[in-house]
Amino acid sequence: MKKLTKKKKHDLLMGYIFVSPWLIGFIAFIIFPLVTSLYLSFTRYDILTSPRWIGFQNWIRMFTQDPRFWSATKATFKYVLFEVPLRLIFAFIVALIFSMKESKILNLYRAIYYIPSLIGGSVAIAVVWRQIWGYDGIINAFLSIFGIHGINWLGDTRTAIWTLILLAVWQFGSPMLIFLAALKQVPTELYEAATIDGASFWKRLTSITLPMITPVILFNLINQMIHGFMAFTQSYIITQGGPLDSTLFYAVYMYRKAFNDFEMGYASALAWFMLALVGLFTIIIFKTSNRWVYYEAEEGV
Amino acid sequence: MKRKTLNNIIYYTFVTFLAFIMVYPALWMLSSSFKQPWEIFSDVLNLIPKEPTINNYIEGWGGFGGITFATFFKNSFILAGLNTIGTVISSTLVAYGLARIPFAGRKIIFTTVILTLMLPMQVQIVPRYILFSKLGWINTFKPLIVPAFLGGPFFIFMIMQFIRGIPKELDESAFIDGAGRFGIFYHIILPNLKPVITTATIFSFYWAWNDFMGPLVYLNSPEKYPVSVALRAFSDPSAVTNWGAVFAMSTLSLLPVLILFVFFQKYIVQGVTTSGLRG
Repeated sequence: MKKLTKKKKHDLLMGYIFVSPWLIGFIAFIIFPLVTSLYLSFTRYDILTSPRWIGFQNWIRMFTQDPRFWSATKATFKYVLFEVPLRLIFAFIVALIFSMKESKILNLYRAIYYIPSLIGGSVAIAVVWRQIWGYDGIINAFLSIFGIHGINWLGDTRTAIWTLILLAVWQFGSPMLIFLAALKQVPTELYEAATIDGASFWKRLTSITLPMITPVILFNLINQMIHGFMAFTQSYIITQGGPLDSTLFYAVYMYRKAFNDFEMGYASALAWFMLALVGLFTIIIFKTSNRWVYYEAEEGV
Repeated sequence: MKRKTLNNIIYYTFVTFLAFIMVYPALWMLSSSFKQPWEIFSDVLNLIPKEPTINNYIEGWGGFGGITFATFFKNSFILAGLNTIGTVISSTLVAYGLARIPFAGRKIIFTTVILTLMLPMQVQIVPRYILFSKLGWINTFKPLIVPAFLGGPFFIFMIMQFIRGIPKELDESAFIDGAGRFGIFYHIILPNLKPVITTATIFSFYWAWNDFMGPLVYLNSPEKYPVSVALRAFSDPSAVTNWGAVFAMSTLSLLPVLILFVFFQKYIVQGVTTSGLRG
């Protein structure tokens, strides 16, 4: 009995020693800044002079007097609304194609398809993307072969955001790998049984494959949504938010308010609004998930 | 039989064509980096340079403002290197504590890890900047390195999953032999973690290498820039005249990531699939 409590004591001490880096980091670099910035969102603050309490002024200004805030919110929503589902659908289709056959060369292709996910977020690719869609870029050169006179894709409010959505969809490699692994775990007996019963490819897809991988879809949906809302590099480098703020992503607007205009109070309010929004969407997706996500009975741990 | 061959032809044509699209932008960048300046935009679609040159690399390496890309690459290696070392060591320790040691408060701490996992870095950047400016850390490498030594939620979670797969009997028999928690960690768990530590190292390195917003916010003198931020200054569309040099430096900036990928492909694929990494 005495030995047990000694073990417990040892565990308590060692437990906190091992997790202490995280505890320190969580308090110092996450909780403390977040709480401070909630306070700052009610102040006017330029870092050099001390913050001045202004009540709800930042929040009122955000919702009622700042058209650029609405442009940024709109552009970001549009981006997320198209980029996330398109990327996941594409990833799923390609994963399905890969799961049909097996060979050495396909393993190589699978690796190649992953490369955009690896390099797509880099400044280098953003710079290249800008040139691809530029007036004298690849796309227009390609179109001119067919006698089509291209447009300035990045300078047109109708097309600029689509170049960024395409850049995101092009990076479907990482959800593809996850889907592929999930597809391989679907028990083959299920397919065999269904084939004997005469189920068509489409029927097998919608009543076996899709339900079986819904937990993976849920995970990817939330993950991609959070990162979609916070996309920065693409908009910052490729379009600089233009033309006419049509690609002004929320993170870029927040960055400008904080680090170009030094309106730290206002930027804090912007950050907190986005945090609340992302939290809300995550909760909504989770809440609806028990309607469409299928969990196997034995997985109830 | 014939139908099967035809199917195969269609199948492989399709996957090859798609593979070509997937790598085309990178190939185009590579080929443009060896093209003569007049050739890059006049002969856009041609992937093979007519008169290959390495001039772009020589001129690009010269950088801007009297700072060469040697400095930027050195900065990137220091930042990504220290960041990786810190992340991997601290995340391994925390993961072991959370996965194996039963202690009061463990569940709550694990919940904070999972919640932080869903907390985007961009939301934290404004409050963190204020904190770091109070500490006098702005325009130093500290904001980009110190937090890494306090564990990354993603890697903690990933390593925890792996530790859970190691049989608990190993711990127990070592405990009976008189080993403490640290001894068990060092002699039993750590030697088994090689694959997951490799994966964590690779991902941590390439996220730190590609990081753009962090250094953009925290660093303001060009001699401290890593490659990502330097490249964006170097490629400012209103100032650039030499696109060949931009593409040459862009190509070089991707090289470390691609080399890692070629050598550690297996670990990367495993890492993505077991923990569902973001891309």
